[in-house]
Amino acid sequence: MRRDMTINLVIFGLLVATAIGAHLMGEGFTVTLATKAAIFGLAGVGLNLALGYGGLVSFGHAAFFGIGGYVTGIFASHAASGQPILTLPFTLAGSNEMLGIWPMAMVAAGLAALVIGALSLRTTGVYFIMVTLAFAQMLFYFAISWPRYGGEDGLSFYVRNTFPGLNTFDPIQYFAICATLLGLALLFTAVVTQSRFGLALQAARQNSQRTVAVGIRPYGIRLTAFVLSGMIVGLAGALYADLNRFVSPAMLSWHMSGEIMVFVILGGVGRLCGPVAGAAIFILLEHLLGGVSDYWQALLGLLLLAIVLFAPGGLIGIVTGSRRHA
Amino acid sequence: MLLLAEQALNGLQYGMMLFLMAAGLTLVFGVMGLINLAHGSLYMIGAFACAAVAAATGSFWLGMAASLAAAAAAGAVVEMAVIRRLYARDHLDQVLATFALILFFSEGTRWVFGSFPLYLTLPSALSGAVTLPGGLQYPVFRLVIIAVGAAVALGLWLLITRTRLGIRIRAGEADREMIGALGVDIARLYTIVFALGAALAGLAGALVGSIQSVQVGMGEPVLILAFVVIVIGGIGSVKGALVGALLVGMTDTLGKALLPGLLATVMDPSSANTIGSALASMMIYILMAVILIARPQGLYGARA
Repeated sequence: MRRDMTINLVIFGLLVATAIGAHLMGEGFTVTLATKAAIFGLAGVGLNLALGYGGLVSFGHAAFFGIGGYVTGIFASHAASGQPILTLPFTLAGSNEMLGIWPMAMVAAGLAALVIGALSLRTTGVYFIMVTLAFAQMLFYFAISWPRYGGEDGLSFYVRNTFPGLNTFDPIQYFAICATLLGLALLFTAVVTQSRFGLALQAARQNSQRTVAVGIRPYGIRLTAFVLSGMIVGLAGALYADLNRFVSPAMLSWHMSGEIMVFVILGGVGRLCGPVAGAAIFILLEHLLGGVSDYWQALLGLLLLAIVLFAPGGLIGIVTGSRRHA
Repeated sequence: MLLLAEQALNGLQYGMMLFLMAAGLTLVFGVMGLINLAHGSLYMIGAFACAAVAAATGSFWLGMAASLAAAAAAGAVVEMAVIRRLYARDHLDQVLATFALILFFSEGTRWVFGSFPLYLTLPSALSGAVTLPGGLQYPVFRLVIIAVGAAVALGLWLLITRTRLGIRIRAGEADREMIGALGVDIARLYTIVFALGAALAGLAGALVGSIQSVQVGMGEPVLILAFVVIVIGGIGSVKGALVGALLVGMTDTLGKALLPGLLATVMDPSSANTIGSALASMMIYILMAVILIARPQGLYGARA
């Protein structure tokens, strides 16, 4: 337990130190890479709540990532054009305030997670994996064939949204925003998983029948975890859209779902900072292998395969020598 | 009316192609309990093998044979090198490992063949159209795909119900320890089943590659649809895969052909077109959600 806590602090500290060091050396690009790692880490932390602690293997979290992204893109593009998003049943104007957009993105992702989760949690095992995948694909095809917000081409907005008191265009300041949110999400996860709710969630993963026998109904607990997980991933999607000032159906694709899963598993399933380590390593590999060969994904595939086959506890599992912190 | 008949045949052909993919997936899942995301890569390998051999020899038929052989061989190698280590793992590890295999195969293929799509030329006996009763002109090759799908369905049914291998496959689904104890070489059985599924996927890839194009990433959309098919049909059931495949093929094709027109009767044409095409591309996923809400184990699934 102690050792895990130390590792968590080291991982988060390394990420922040990398960004600050790069900023001091004037390496803006590296700061942006660290920001990307923080955002993907946040998405992984969100998925980890459902997948790691709840045992809900969702292959459709790109849906929430994409929804967060599209909410940001839609608000920003309406703020630029000055036209309201909705006139009926109430008038909803566009906005370029991050503090206003984030809650919207989280609520939209949370609502989607509520519907998807309520239906998908009727199934278990492989069916659950496939149903969540199918729901994400449904949204993916909807985004592709709905021309209003760019369809297949995606939607770009030219100005990054604003945050009071900060210049969001400065890479290090945007990193600070993302890293702070990541830290808050980690804190939230740490508190939630130690709470009565979190313990019941983990109990339901370890032995569903016994949990029922002591009088806890897993369905509601799992659904709550799924919705919380979706909301965190939605927030990550909003940050990612702002990082690129672009959203496209690719954010909803099943490759994205797979990548978010890879962050979690690469770092270590059910470990607090596992997804952050996983995302950071993934970005690093993408950057390093990308320099070695244009076909870096083949190398990445081999590396992932080796980790699954020979180090099933993920990278943190290699350090602590245990399969899972449960 | 002719249009409707043509679209129904298109749906049937699409369904049969999905069945070739789904049959292998559902067998592998039923017998080994394994989720194989890399099934789409085997489909792609089949298509590339067909295109490469057909280009080198000039014979479409040799290409077809090569697609079966290459996909089956790739399947057997992958099973022995990687998949074998995953049977005892949970689904999460299986998903990740086979996702890694996709990355490897897709980029590997791009490295060997490049990013440009390849095209296959059909032999003259199979190209062109025939006139069906009722005056409908329909491409011969699409009819061939329907026939191949039907033949494979019949063949699989005979294999599973009438042969010794089929008995072993069914026994493996029921109780894998017991058939091991009775002296069946499980490792070999698993390799054979995996290679059989891979060969069917490779055949589907070569057939579709012949009417569309052969390119990297072609397996992924089909893979997802094949998963939808086996989830609808019930995982592990070949009959479910056939029914699910036809249902998905028909829903998708007829939805895309008819929905915009149907909506145009109740709203203005341009928004009917937009909403219709958006809705049509979501139809099969809606179908799947509805079926799973009514029957969480799929239409013919025994285990939930």
